Amino acid sequence: MKLKKGIPVIDQGNKLGFWGGKFGGNFVPETLKKPIEDLEVLFNKLKKDKKFIQERDKYFKNWIGVPTRFIKLENLTKHVGGAQIWSKVVSDANGGAHKIYNATVHCLLAKRSGKKVICGDTGAGYAGKMLSMAAKKFGLRCKIFMGAKDIVRQQPNVKAMKKNGAEVVPVYSGSQTLVDAVSECMRFWVANCDTSAMCVGSTVGPAVFVRICGWSTSQISRELKVQLIDEFGSIPKKLKLYNCVGGGSSSFGFWNEFMDYDKKQCEFIGVEAGGPAKSKKHAAPLTYGSKIGILHGAAQYVNQNPDGQIEETESISAGLDYPGISPLHCFLKDTKRARYTAASDEQALEAYKLVTRFEKLKPSLEPSHAFAVAIAESKKLSKDTIVVVNSCGDAYKDRGILEKRLGKKYVKSN
Amino acid sequence: MLNPISVAFIKAKQENRPALLTYTVAGDSSKKQSLNILKSISKNADILEVGVPHNTPVADGSQIQTSAYRAIKNGIKVNDIFKIVKDFKKFDKNKPIILMGYYNMIFQYGENKFLNKCKSSGVNGLIVVDLPWPENKDFAKKCKKKSIYFIQLLSPTTTKIRLKKIIKDSHPMSYFISMLSTTGGKLKVSPKDIIDNYIKIKKINPKKKVVIGFGITEKTIDKLKSADGLVVGSAICKEISKSLKHRQNPVTNVSNLVKKLKSKIL
Repeated sequence: MKLKKGIPVIDQGNKLGFWGGKFGGNFVPETLKKPIEDLEVLFNKLKKDKKFIQERDKYFKNWIGVPTRFIKLENLTKHVGGAQIWSKVVSDANGGAHKIYNATVHCLLAKRSGKKVICGDTGAGYAGKMLSMAAKKFGLRCKIFMGAKDIVRQQPNVKAMKKNGAEVVPVYSGSQTLVDAVSECMRFWVANCDTSAMCVGSTVGPAVFVRICGWSTSQISRELKVQLIDEFGSIPKKLKLYNCVGGGSSSFGFWNEFMDYDKKQCEFIGVEAGGPAKSKKHAAPLTYGSKIGILHGAAQYVNQNPDGQIEETESISAGLDYPGISPLHCFLKDTKRARYTAASDEQALEAYKLVTRFEKLKPSLEPSHAFAVAIAESKKLSKDTIVVVNSCGDAYKDRGILEKRLGKKYVKSN
Repeated sequence: MLNPISVAFIKAKQENRPALLTYTVAGDSSKKQSLNILKSISKNADILEVGVPHNTPVADGSQIQTSAYRAIKNGIKVNDIFKIVKDFKKFDKNKPIILMGYYNMIFQYGENKFLNKCKSSGVNGLIVVDLPWPENKDFAKKCKKKSIYFIQLLSPTTTKIRLKKIIKDSHPMSYFISMLSTTGGKLKVSPKDIIDNYIKIKKINPKKKVVIGFGITEKTIDKLKSADGLVVGSAICKEISKSLKHRQNPVTNVSNLVKKLKSKIL
């Protein structure tokens, strides 16, 4: 299995949509074949269309507010005492997370295809919140599927979705988290694909959704490349990019533009959710060597039992609480372009405490996982190493959990 | 030897009626009970579809999901399903059985091993919901070698060119999904429209059998009886759930329901 240079990773799949010949594909009911093919044709055309790119860039700039900041975490760097720790503050984006890029692009595509309704899944609530914002902006009706358990633990985002006029449909089946929300959303699309567009909230699902999402979030690394050159004059000799990985949309977007650099110069570190330290359950299929299976239309490494039933995950972070992982990341793992590891719930909470103690930055629980590993590894790295952590979400949505786990004063004082 | 699925269609045609296909989930609500249900309905059903329960079923509505989750909770494993089929075949060896499920279950078991096990336990056909054409070409060929029908799914969204290509590659039986819906949805198109679509498919190759499924109940089945075969699934799963809720015997209730369904298409 080999990563090709000079070709965007999203376009490195084969005719049937498999990366490396085995990850991804289109394991979908017959009913969805046609709508997926239509979307593929539309996307392949528009991503080469200068007018469409201009339109996308216009909304990215004027509405999402790109570029997001690239800042040095001076105090944290001093405290850790190793590599220089920087952050790409993607949570600056309108709505407070990277999910806005994919949501915006899907709404633009839906408008072009004449659809009136857009449906989407959400875990942490960010994908749903952003889709509801974008749908409102572009005059589409919006339906969001969300696990009943996630609805309880991510209330601020649920309120935001409703405020934007979206219908939030609670999903009670299975583990009542993201995995079930995605299934239910796909079911809705099966029954309504003639009038509705579907937005898959991450780089997962049938191949075209993986590609659209990766194409959208790549905005992050396009900006970062410019910002790095502005800051250092060139791409640093020792660069390490840390990102949390749930479905894998922010990390893929954070890395994409650096894909062709040698990994000795530019290393990618993906941090999965290891779950509670005492629990055997986790959401880290790449770290813990899960087998390849089919989930939500794509072949990927996925937590499952020997029979092929998808296993329940456990993580403090709703956004990472997914048993599978993007086919793109399976491909990056097997080609050894990226390295994957996990942080536990407790490690993420500790990292959150440390970052907020030293910096004016409040990463949500998802990027706190990435900070945990970045901080631990930075200690052992030289001062000329540039560590960049994608702070892809804001902790506002996690107030309830943080208050419960760290105490009221901690949340308030920040 | 002719596949018992084809024999069932010939028999139904002789009686001037569509074949009645039932769908129940293996292991719902227990291994023993699902076997007893199969035995009790085999009198009136021509072909038995046996669902392989999966916990992320992207094409199933709430009734079949409920049955599947119940079966998984009660401990059903793939090997138990083969055992149920084998035990059933001891009871009625000529009644055709089709396993219906999602590809991951086959993928984890191993395609070849799965097909060998199908063969040895008496499975006659397979429906794999999320393995569409052309992705299913290789697997369908493997099925053919074992004389197991791989049943292609066709949908109202399937384009005409695609229909022709699929029918060309298809085995003697295909499955037409009546409408845009998950299983068990309310029939949102008229039976006439469904039959019109069905006729278009039949015209491509009149010799190949096409059954219609999704949204068929006691109330709608008679309006579709010009088809080669009709599948009832969610309505049966619902009957099982209802029986359990009212502490009644699902075996008797499902058996009565299937008898009623049969009477409507005679």
